[in-house]
Amino acid sequence: MTLIDIVFLERARPITAAVAGLGLLATAIPLLTLALDGSDRVMFGGAYVVDEFALVMKAIFILAGYVVILLSTNYVAEGEYWENEYYGLLLASLMGMVMMASSRDLVSLFVALELLSIPAYLMVAWRKRDIRSTEAGLKYYLMGVFASAVMLYGMSLLFGVSGSTLLTDINSVVTAGGASVSVVTLGIVFVVAGFGFKVSAAPFHTWAPDVYQGAPTPVTAFLSVASKAAGFVALLALVFVGFYGRPEVWEPLVWTLAAVSMTVGNLIALRQTNIVRMMAYSGVAQTGFMIAPLAVAGHSTALGDQALSATVTYLAIYAAMNLGAFAVIISLARRTGSAEMSSFAGAFRYAPAMTVAMTIFLGSLAGIPPLGGWFAKFEVFRVLTSSGDTWGYALAVVAAVNAVIALYYYASVLLRMWADEAPDEGVADVTLTPSLLSALVICGGVTLVFGVLPQVVARFTDVSLLALGG
Amino acid sequence: MENLLDGWGITLATFSPLVGVAIMLLIPGEREERHKVVALATSLWVAFIGVLLLLWFDMGETGRLQYVVDEMWIDVIRSRYLVGIDGMSLPLILLTMFIVPMCIIYSWNHFPEPRNPKAFLILILILETGMIGTFVAQDMVLFFVFFEIVLLPMFFMIAVWGGDDRRYASLKFFLFPLFGSALMLVSFLALFFLTGAESFAFTEVADNVLAHGVSRTAQLWIFGGMFLGFGIKVPMFPFHTWLPDAHTQAPTVGSVILAAVLLKLGTYGFIRIAIPLLPEAAVEWAPWIGLLAVVGIIYGALGCLAQTDVKRLIAFSSVAHMGFVMLGIATLTDFGINASIMGMVAHGLITGMLFFLAGSMKDRYHTLEISRLGGLLVQAPRMGWIFGICVMASLGLPGLAGFWGEFLAILSSYSPANGLPVETFRTFMVVAAVGTVLAAGYLLWLLQRVAFGNPPEEFADNPEIVDVTRHEWMAWAPILALIVAIGVYPNLVFRVTDGAVDASLNDCLQVNTAELTDAEAEALGCAAVYEVGSGGGHDDHAAAGN
Repeated sequence: MTLIDIVFLERARPITAAVAGLGLLATAIPLLTLALDGSDRVMFGGAYVVDEFALVMKAIFILAGYVVILLSTNYVAEGEYWENEYYGLLLASLMGMVMMASSRDLVSLFVALELLSIPAYLMVAWRKRDIRSTEAGLKYYLMGVFASAVMLYGMSLLFGVSGSTLLTDINSVVTAGGASVSVVTLGIVFVVAGFGFKVSAAPFHTWAPDVYQGAPTPVTAFLSVASKAAGFVALLALVFVGFYGRPEVWEPLVWTLAAVSMTVGNLIALRQTNIVRMMAYSGVAQTGFMIAPLAVAGHSTALGDQALSATVTYLAIYAAMNLGAFAVIISLARRTGSAEMSSFAGAFRYAPAMTVAMTIFLGSLAGIPPLGGWFAKFEVFRVLTSSGDTWGYALAVVAAVNAVIALYYYASVLLRMWADEAPDEGVADVTLTPSLLSALVICGGVTLVFGVLPQVVARFTDVSLLALGG
Repeated sequence: MENLLDGWGITLATFSPLVGVAIMLLIPGEREERHKVVALATSLWVAFIGVLLLLWFDMGETGRLQYVVDEMWIDVIRSRYLVGIDGMSLPLILLTMFIVPMCIIYSWNHFPEPRNPKAFLILILILETGMIGTFVAQDMVLFFVFFEIVLLPMFFMIAVWGGDDRRYASLKFFLFPLFGSALMLVSFLALFFLTGAESFAFTEVADNVLAHGVSRTAQLWIFGGMFLGFGIKVPMFPFHTWLPDAHTQAPTVGSVILAAVLLKLGTYGFIRIAIPLLPEAAVEWAPWIGLLAVVGIIYGALGCLAQTDVKRLIAFSSVAHMGFVMLGIATLTDFGINASIMGMVAHGLITGMLFFLAGSMKDRYHTLEISRLGGLLVQAPRMGWIFGICVMASLGLPGLAGFWGEFLAILSSYSPANGLPVETFRTFMVVAAVGTVLAAGYLLWLLQRVAFGNPPEEFADNPEIVDVTRHEWMAWAPILALIVAIGVYPNLVFRVTDGAVDASLNDCLQVNTAELTDAEAEALGCAAVYEVGSGGGHDDHAAAGN
C-alpha cells in the first residue's frame, strides 16, 4: 500500500515532459487518499512509516518536482539534450525523496539518499558540452560521495553502540546513556555533518555555488529546493526520532550550524555578481533559518513539536518562493542568455510582469509581509523566543540581523531590475512559454496565499514526530 | 447608537485601495487618464469613509476602541484580525486619508520620470492600505505586517522615480527600518511568551504584563528592541541618517507621504505599544529618549544651517521637529503625549506642504541649490506667499498649526511624569527652547534666500517659472486651510486625542503625588520605579519648589 507512490512513479517513466508531469500528479492521488484516511501505516518493522509528516513532505516533493518539470520543459527541449533520460533521472531522484520522507531506519535513509543523489550527479553535468557543467557535475559527485562516506561512518558507529539500524532503537540506546558517550557523540556529529552537506549548511556549503552555477538552471532549482528539502527530511527524522534523547549533543551543533550558515551565506551573497551564485549563497542562509528552530527543539516535547512544524512550514514556503525566483531567472535568461546580474538591468521597462513576479519572490525570501516568507521567518522567531533561554534569544537576534543583511542583496537585484536603464541592444520581448507561465502562477499564488492566510499552510504543517519517537 | 459602519467600516477603508489596485491592474498601461481617475476615485472614496468614521465616532468616549472587528486570523499563533479606532489613532488615520488624494491630484500632470502613472499610482494606493492598517491594528502581529507593508512601495517609489542618487538612498531607506523592525518583532514575541498571553492583542498583553510581573531586566531589553524598531522609523538621532537621503532622492509625492505619514508610524508605535505595554521600562528609558530627542532637535537645526539644498534642509528640519514630538512622548504625561500627537499632525501637514513646494520649485527651476535660487516672490508671488506661510507655520508661529505641538511639548517637559528626573527634563526644556530659536533662524534664512530679492540672472526671463497652477491649488488649498484651522482652534485635535491618551497611560504615571497621603499611595500599589509613596513623591515636591 505504501509503495503505491513508487509504483506510480515507475509507471510514469515517460517519453515526454507532459507524461512525466501527469504521472507525478497522478502520484499525488494516493497521497490524498492516504491523507484522508488519516491513520499511520508502519512497514518493515518500523523502517518505513507513512504518517502525517511523511505525507506533507511527500506532497512538497511532488509539487516541487512538478514545478521543476514545468521549468525544464523548454529548457531541455531547446538545448538538444537527452530529453527522455533527463525526465527519467528526475523522476528517479524524486522517488528517492519520496522514500526518504518515510524512512525511519539508517539503511533505508541511506538507500533513499543515494537514490536521490546519483541521478542528481548526472543531471548537474547534463550540459555535457559546457565545461562548467562538467566541472560542476564532478565536483558535486566528489563532494557528495565524501559526505556519504562520512555519514556512513557515523551510522556505523551508531549501529555499533545500539546494535540496530532502527531510529527508534537508536533513540532508546542513546537516551539510556549506557553506551560510550564519545562514540555516540561522534556518530551523531558525523551523521548530522553528512546531511549538512545535503542541505548545504555552512561550513559544508562550498560545493553549492559552483554546482548551482554550472548546472542547467532547472536542475539548480531542483537541487536548491527538492534536494535540500530531502536533506531536511532526513535530518528531522534523525533528530526527532533517532537522537531526541540527547539534546546536549545536537543542540549546540545545530545552533552553530544555523548561526554560521546564516552569517556566512549572507555575507558572501553580498559580493556576488551572478544571480545564480547569489541564489546559492542565499540558499545557504535560508538553510540556516530552517535549522535554527532545531537548536531549541530539545528543551521540551511541546517545543520540539513547534520547532518541527516551524521547519516544515519554512520548507513548504521556501519551496514555492525559491522555485518562483528560479522560474523568473530562467524566463529572463532565455532572453538575455546570461545569468549575470547586469543582464537583468532595467527589466521593469521591457518585462514589467516578470519584474513584479521577481519582486514577490525575492521580497518573500527576504521576509517582507504580506508575502509568504514573513510567516516562515515569524515561525522561526516564535520558536526561538518561546524557548525562553539565552541561547534561543541570541540566535533570534542573529537571525534578525541576518534578515536585514539578506534584504540588502535581494533589494539590490530588485533595484537593478526596477531602476536601471535597460541596455539598448538586443531588446526583444520576453516570450513566456505556457509551462513557465503556469510554474510562475503556481509559485506566485502559493507565495501570496501563504502570506495573507498563513493558516492555510500552518494547518498542514502542524505535524509531530515525537509521539512516534516516544 | 445606531452605527452603519460598525463591524466593517475600518476593513472597508483599509482594503478599498487594494480594490482600486486590482481594477487598475486590469486596465492597460497606455490609458493614463483612466488610471488617474480610478486612483483618485479610490482615494476619495477612502476619504469619504474616513469622514463617515469621524462623524459617527463617539466623541464622548474617545478612550474606548470603536468600530472594533475581532476575528481569528492565524489560529496556530493565536494572532487575531483585531482592528479598532480610538482617539489616538483617529487624527492620524484622517491625516493619511486626507494626504493621499492630495498627492494624487498633485501628480496629475507632474509624473516624475520615467512616468508610468499606472505603476506609480498603484504604489501609492498600496502604501495607503499599509498606513491605514498600521493605525487601526490592535494586534501585535497584524501591526507588524502592516508596518512592513509600507516599506516595499516606498522603496520602489524612491528607487524608480527618485533622483540621481536613488539607488543608495532607496537601499538605505529599506535597510535601516527593517533592521529595527526585525528586532521589534523579536521583542513582541518575547513579550508574548513571557506574559503567557492568550493572544497578541495590545490590551491583553498589557494586562498580562502587569499581572505576571515580567522581570525588570526583561522589560528593559524588550523596550530596547521596540525602541530600535520605532526609533529608527521616527527617526531619532542617531538613527536619522537614512532620512535626509531618502527625502532628497524621493520624488515629490514620495517625500510628502514619507514626511506626512510614514514618520508617524514610529512615534505612533511608541504611544500605542511601547509605553502602554511596558510603563515601568518606559520610565527607565524616558530620560534617554528625552536626551536623544533634544540632541535631535539641536543636531537637526545645526544640520539645516549647513545645507545647500532646499529638500535636504526640509529633511533635516523634520529630524528636529520629530525631536519635539519625541520629547513630548518622553515626558510620559497626558499633556506631553497630546502635544506630541498634535505635533505629528502639524508636522505632517506643514512639512508635507513644504515638500510639495520644493517639488514645484524643482519643476520650475530644475535645481534646488539655495544659492542659485531667489526672488520667488517676484516671479511667482502666490507661490512665494504660500511658501512664506508654510515656513512660518514650520517655525512655530502662533496661530498656525506648528505652534501647538512644539510649544506644548516644551511646556510639558517642565513637569514630567512620576518617577522621571525633574531637573533633567527641565534642562531638556531649555535646550529645546534654544532649538526653536535655531529653527526660526534656519527657516527665515531659507525664506530670505529663496523668496526675497531679485531673481538671479539665469532664471530672470525663464518662461517656465509660472505661478501656482490649477492642480497645485487643488492639492494645496485644503492643506493650507487645515494648517490655519488647527492653528486657530487646536481643540480640533486635542478634543479627540485627550481621552484616549489618558486611558493609555498607567495611573501611577499620572497620579498627583503632592496631594497623596502615604496610605493612599500604598493603596495604589505602584512599583518603586514610579516613586509614588514612600519618599519618592517628596523629592518631586522638593524639586518643584526650587
